[in-house]
Amino acid sequence: MNLHEYQARTLFRAAGIPMPDGDVATTPSEAETIARRLGGTTVIKAQVHAGGRGKAGGVKLAGTPGEAGEAAEKILGMTIKGLVVQRVLVVPAAEIASEAYVGLIMDRATQRPVLMVSAAGGIDIEEVAARTPEKIARLGVDPRYGLLPHQALGLAFFLYRDVAQARAAARIMEQLYQVFTANGCSLAEINPLVTTPEGRVLALDAKLSVDDNELDRRPDLALLRDESAEEPSEVQARRANLTFIKLEGNVGCVVNGAGLAMATMDLVKYYGGEPANFLDIGGSSNPDKVVNALRIITSDRNVKAILFNIFGGITRTDDVANGIKTALAQFPVQVPIVVRLTGTNEAAAVSILQGIGMTALSDMDEAVQKVVAMVQEAA
Amino acid sequence: MSIFGNRETRLVVQGITGRDGSFHTRQMLEYGTGVVAGVTPGKGGQRFADTVPVFNTVAEAVRETGANAAVIYVPPVGAAGAMFEAADAGLSLIVCITEGVPVMDMTRVLPYVRERGARLIGPNCPGLITPGECKVGIIPGNICAPGRVGLVSRSGTLTYEVVNQLTRSGIGQSTCVGIGGDPLNGTSFIDCLRAFQEDPSTDLIVMLGEIGGTDEQNAARFVREQVTKPVVGFIAGQTAPPGRRMGHAGAIISGSSGTAAEKIAAFEAAGIAVMKRPADVVELVRARLAGTTRMKR
Repeated sequence: MNLHEYQARTLFRAAGIPMPDGDVATTPSEAETIARRLGGTTVIKAQVHAGGRGKAGGVKLAGTPGEAGEAAEKILGMTIKGLVVQRVLVVPAAEIASEAYVGLIMDRATQRPVLMVSAAGGIDIEEVAARTPEKIARLGVDPRYGLLPHQALGLAFFLYRDVAQARAAARIMEQLYQVFTANGCSLAEINPLVTTPEGRVLALDAKLSVDDNELDRRPDLALLRDESAEEPSEVQARRANLTFIKLEGNVGCVVNGAGLAMATMDLVKYYGGEPANFLDIGGSSNPDKVVNALRIITSDRNVKAILFNIFGGITRTDDVANGIKTALAQFPVQVPIVVRLTGTNEAAAVSILQGIGMTALSDMDEAVQKVVAMVQEAA
Repeated sequence: MSIFGNRETRLVVQGITGRDGSFHTRQMLEYGTGVVAGVTPGKGGQRFADTVPVFNTVAEAVRETGANAAVIYVPPVGAAGAMFEAADAGLSLIVCITEGVPVMDMTRVLPYVRERGARLIGPNCPGLITPGECKVGIIPGNICAPGRVGLVSRSGTLTYEVVNQLTRSGIGQSTCVGIGGDPLNGTSFIDCLRAFQEDPSTDLIVMLGEIGGTDEQNAARFVREQVTKPVVGFIAGQTAPPGRRMGHAGAIISGSSGTAAEKIAAFEAAGIAVMKRPADVVELVRARLAGTTRMKR
């Protein structure tokens, strides 16, 4: 789960990371009020889960409170990479002498958090990593001991010659590490970390991604989820305990298991179709899940046919068949459904489907070819 | 012969009285797995299914029954604790089925388990099965058959799909291992490839990967350098968009890395026969098994 910048700022500041004051606004007049309180020139920043906000016009400078209101007026409601801006962050503009990058990621290869710093801050760090890897210093942190003071200071000296600045940056790295581990993050980033003309070291941006698996034991973090910033069908799916990702195609897919779901989408493409979604109904086979899955998929008007691909293990295929039966009794499904199921309680599932005039295939390739042919006929 | 689990496996089930634990313990017993003990704190002294003794702690279970492997079905918040406990009890194999274990927990579990010399498989995995000998986890026994193909996979039901295709075509398996779809897990592709390479009962290896991370690329390098047995591979997620987590926490394409195309290219460069679709496994495996001398015995 990605946090908004204003949410991450709250966690950063609580950990003691020096950041300029500021606040979030949902209307131009709120933005104006915040700018008046802050005084001087302010920056108005769109709060959306998308990179490249500046390039998209989602970050503006304002010389006066009135201008701050006008900037907020322009940014609020703007669409950036398909996401509508509903909040802006208002912060004082800082004078910048230098920009650096400080980030922590959970590294799969070394299986520990890795701290990365670069004096080439303020820009896309992946680009720096690809073009000039020597400009990035990395350090794997042993999670049992945490980020040790000499490690942080060593990286800080990679950024700054001045000892006072290096000490300040090292402290910020230690604080960032605290935020990262205390909140179960997969990413924590300051880009840019700046020095001011007076020599202060400040974090001007805040980015955090929290491991979804933390949310059950951390209701405080779960509350930070902004459902308005997500695809509505994906929100609906999550509430129904389904994993769903909307895509651009027209073959709706209902599958059990993530790997098989991806392989099913790939097979649709292999036979010349385009998957409309990724949908994993998971291991336990509550018929309600199937009803919800069908409701979500049929609300996508692009969908011209629906494919079920169920390999029964823990999932009982008769539960899935009952789910289909219940769904069809509850609401009309206007598009054809192709069902492939095999495994646990397959015979029972087949007879349930036959009872409502449907057939079931047992071969995955056959089912995918059939559904793709149906979509092509409909076109 | 086999890898990680066999007839000698003496299994303790952590979370044996829970909903998932009890269901799958019955299945494991039915399959003939040597389930010697269960653990649920507070239920020590009971018997599961009238036969399997239940203990309060793993250490006690090991002391009383000589268990040498654990399978974990406890909920996510308790899973890390269960893995620590199993490692402390001196078990050499720990299989964690639990889905949803916080990754931060795994950063502490993994070094702890390794320092105690245990092999951890998972979390968020279907476990392993050595057909005809033992099943540790949730892979359906009826779709497997004894044979000489070793299989390692990051997913669950996709594994079943491929195993089923093999079995239906008369191709049996030495051991099937699901290493799990989480970004940080105990056993990698390389660990399994090395074990299959050394296992005299395995003639060919099937490797099922997916998008996200660089495990498959590293595995491909290992195959090129150290695996002499034929390898057949598959990558799921060719149609997945970047930046979206496709169900598994590990299945996410970040930037330009972790794509299916990148992984398929790495497989091909290592001489791995790449399946375009799951059904291709039969033909590719048959063609390569025919070329191995061991099968002619």
